[in-house]
Amino acid sequence: MKLQPVIGLEIHVELKTKTGMFCGCSADHFGKAPNTNTCPVCLGLPGALPVPNHQAIDWAIMIGLALDCRVNLESSFDRKHYFYPDLPKGYQISQYDDPFCQAGKLSLASGKIIRINRVHLEEDTAKMQHQVIDGQKMTLVDFNRSGVPLVEIVTEPDIASGEEAKEFLKKLRDIIRSLGVSDCDMEKGSMRLEPNISWSESPEKLNNYKVEIKNLNSFRFAQQGIDFELKRQKELLDQGKTPVQETRGYNPQKRATFSQRVKETSADYRYFPDPDIPPIVLTREYVENLRTKLPQLPEALANEMVNKFHLSLSTAQLLSKDQLKLAYFNQYKNQVEPLELANLIVNKKIDLDQPPPTKAASRAVDLNIIDQVLKENADAVAKYRTGKTSVIGFLVGQVMRLTGGKVDPKQVQDKLLKALQVRNLQG
Amino acid sequence: MRLNQLTVIEARAGLKAKKFSVVELATACLVQIKAVDKKLHAFLTLNDRILDQAKKLDQSGDDGRPLWGIPFAIKDNFLTEGLRTTASAKVLDNFVPQYSATVYKKLIEAGALCLGKTNMDAWAHGSSTETSDYGSTLNPWNTKYLPGGSSGGSAAAVAADMCLFGIGSETAGSVRQPAAWCGVTGFKPTYGRVSRYGVVAMASSTDSPGPLTKTVADAALITKIIAGHDVYDATTSPRPVEINPNSLQGENLKGKIIALPKEYLIGEASGLILEAVKVFESAGAQVKPVTLMDPQFTIAVYTIIQRCEVSSNLARYDGIRFGHDRSSFSYEAKNRSLLGAFSLSTGYFDQYYKKAQQVRTMIIDEFDRLFKQFDFYLAPISPGPALPLGASKTSAMFGELQDVLVEPSSIAGLTGLSVPCGIISGLPIGLQITGAQFDEQKILQVGHWYQQQTKWHLEKPKL
Repeated sequence: MKLQPVIGLEIHVELKTKTGMFCGCSADHFGKAPNTNTCPVCLGLPGALPVPNHQAIDWAIMIGLALDCRVNLESSFDRKHYFYPDLPKGYQISQYDDPFCQAGKLSLASGKIIRINRVHLEEDTAKMQHQVIDGQKMTLVDFNRSGVPLVEIVTEPDIASGEEAKEFLKKLRDIIRSLGVSDCDMEKGSMRLEPNISWSESPEKLNNYKVEIKNLNSFRFAQQGIDFELKRQKELLDQGKTPVQETRGYNPQKRATFSQRVKETSADYRYFPDPDIPPIVLTREYVENLRTKLPQLPEALANEMVNKFHLSLSTAQLLSKDQLKLAYFNQYKNQVEPLELANLIVNKKIDLDQPPPTKAASRAVDLNIIDQVLKENADAVAKYRTGKTSVIGFLVGQVMRLTGGKVDPKQVQDKLLKALQVRNLQG
Repeated sequence: MRLNQLTVIEARAGLKAKKFSVVELATACLVQIKAVDKKLHAFLTLNDRILDQAKKLDQSGDDGRPLWGIPFAIKDNFLTEGLRTTASAKVLDNFVPQYSATVYKKLIEAGALCLGKTNMDAWAHGSSTETSDYGSTLNPWNTKYLPGGSSGGSAAAVAADMCLFGIGSETAGSVRQPAAWCGVTGFKPTYGRVSRYGVVAMASSTDSPGPLTKTVADAALITKIIAGHDVYDATTSPRPVEINPNSLQGENLKGKIIALPKEYLIGEASGLILEAVKVFESAGAQVKPVTLMDPQFTIAVYTIIQRCEVSSNLARYDGIRFGHDRSSFSYEAKNRSLLGAFSLSTGYFDQYYKKAQQVRTMIIDEFDRLFKQFDFYLAPISPGPALPLGASKTSAMFGELQDVLVEPSSIAGLTGLSVPCGIISGLPIGLQITGAQFDEQKILQVGHWYQQQTKWHLEKPKL
């Protein structure tokens, strides 16, 4: 019987919605003073009720669509019960039987397809801090993160190595970032990884054990942890032993995993549909409308840039997955020769807060900025319309300020006047 | 007649006409509380600022708000900011909420004054108020008897004129059954018509707040104020509230087709129900006997769903917050949590919870069919009058058995009204008038009509 590495991934991604999954608290919890971003709902106070955040639902579905999933038109939120101090209600609101998205896929550069089991939505837990206060060991709970929307993406056990896992994760991160729904910042914990690793006859016929690695805070550590774990398990199996079913941590200094918690039985979470939240029923049109909102995904975009602007594939890939660089490229690509511009961004690493330092661009006025200034100064525009043409000086000043004085004021004034005329006609 | 004996509508008219002040009205209630509540134990916590609040209203003058200056009592599972809220459970012995329930907020915004928090079965787990961790409330008609529950404190407070109206909540009968046993009017609006936000959850899929009042007209007035969509409760209906307390008059029963479920005519209460039926028939309504699913099957459905939801809803009282650990839970709460956790466990979920939900759908469908042919149905609220103190302790399923005739309507989320319809051995009996979901206005009109024809709601206990 020949065994092969069988690896599945569970990835949690915090959405950057304005508010929480079920309450009005800010979802932007990072770096805030403990317990200053809470309300009855995310503290699980008696009588508090969850009201689902529709933006989060839309975004979870968009992630599913970007991963080629089937969207369930009828889904529900379920209660997952377990006791832990970071879980104020004694249950987490998650999805069990009917997640928003199922059965997707993502292909690797080799052409290998990694199947996606599901994409579902749940709420984040509070954060525990272990401290010594007055000589006593204490655990403090910070509820700022409690109730932040969390998307869970679960793959089928199709991954065969640390390297494949890393490639998959990077690709997934780039897709989610391109959707603009999460920062996927591993250091801030807005993307968390949990690989499940075993050696089995095949992904369809799993072994009678599996090992989960937790608290991996980089793709590199994920790769190293998986490879270490495969080797450790193989050695045990070769000796005729079965590795223990457990959760292990990863120590980057030692480049080794270590046992954290042995799970002999699977927990019984006593899932049932949350009676506080009516089932979510979507129409086909609603889902298709979300599909039209998907941006071009990084891979397709890179290919297009290679064809259209003759960029090298590596440059195009770098641009396509970095939202800041991509926005900068799109802003100036009509003023600066795209190949030169891409080179400035990727290789010369120019300051993205400034216009591109080329002759062609330095005196040119970006029409987007003219537009922005007119939009932001509606009062001045209104005054201009009533005959106070002297406000044009103020508007020129605003453009100069936004461009850091790098443009020709005369040209700015001409463009502003032209834009105001056009608006007058439209108005 | 003393001021505390007034109905809400009478008291509003008196305040408007400046016949008495808010302070005088509130004082009359406080005097009555002081006189009788040592005996009845309806209140757990009193609002010690009520006279200041009343004074302020008197100073600023009647601004025409619908409940301006009206003192009320509210069940202790409604969160009241700054006022201790225990749900009659020692686990929450010193819990002072940081926020208020939507229902409470709406009442205060309508100008009402809170007298205090009323006793209930702990966590609302019961139909006697006897399982309160703070001791039972007694029935004002006979203190050797139970007031019913779980909103027994509010029902007793209204019956004994300690307040002008009370607020309760019901999961299955917890407003209507104590209303029946204490001889007052109790109204359970459609599930989702009144917000559950800020109500300590019992069984989330059936919990429905509602008023306990001296008349149906008062119930309509209060329900109009507390009903409506709430952005903080995803299960509230966005439908506009079609309750108009000013147009209850003029109901003409002629041509109404009323169902009388045969399976519901059990116990000694049924004789008085048949008397009430005659009142409807003499007005020209057609009352037809019908066969519905035996309500005993509802006991199983309700018990499973409710225990499951209870086990989940009580999980937050994990001993980490709220100051009391899980040893403070009394027997009933532990019992229900264990049964619920068991029913939700792997391997049992399909057998219990899922099956119960399937039967629930059958019950809902059966009522849908019924209300296509009938305007509403009549039945007893409870098979008999109040039972003696201690009765709940001898039967593990006490509540379910006493509430067997209202459970189907709770499980289906219907509109249900309880009105006094007679007295047996000095204890009141309640008639249920139950209609389809969102039929509040129709049921209230019918109930108001019944109280125009009969005097049972005017009977008072001798304290």
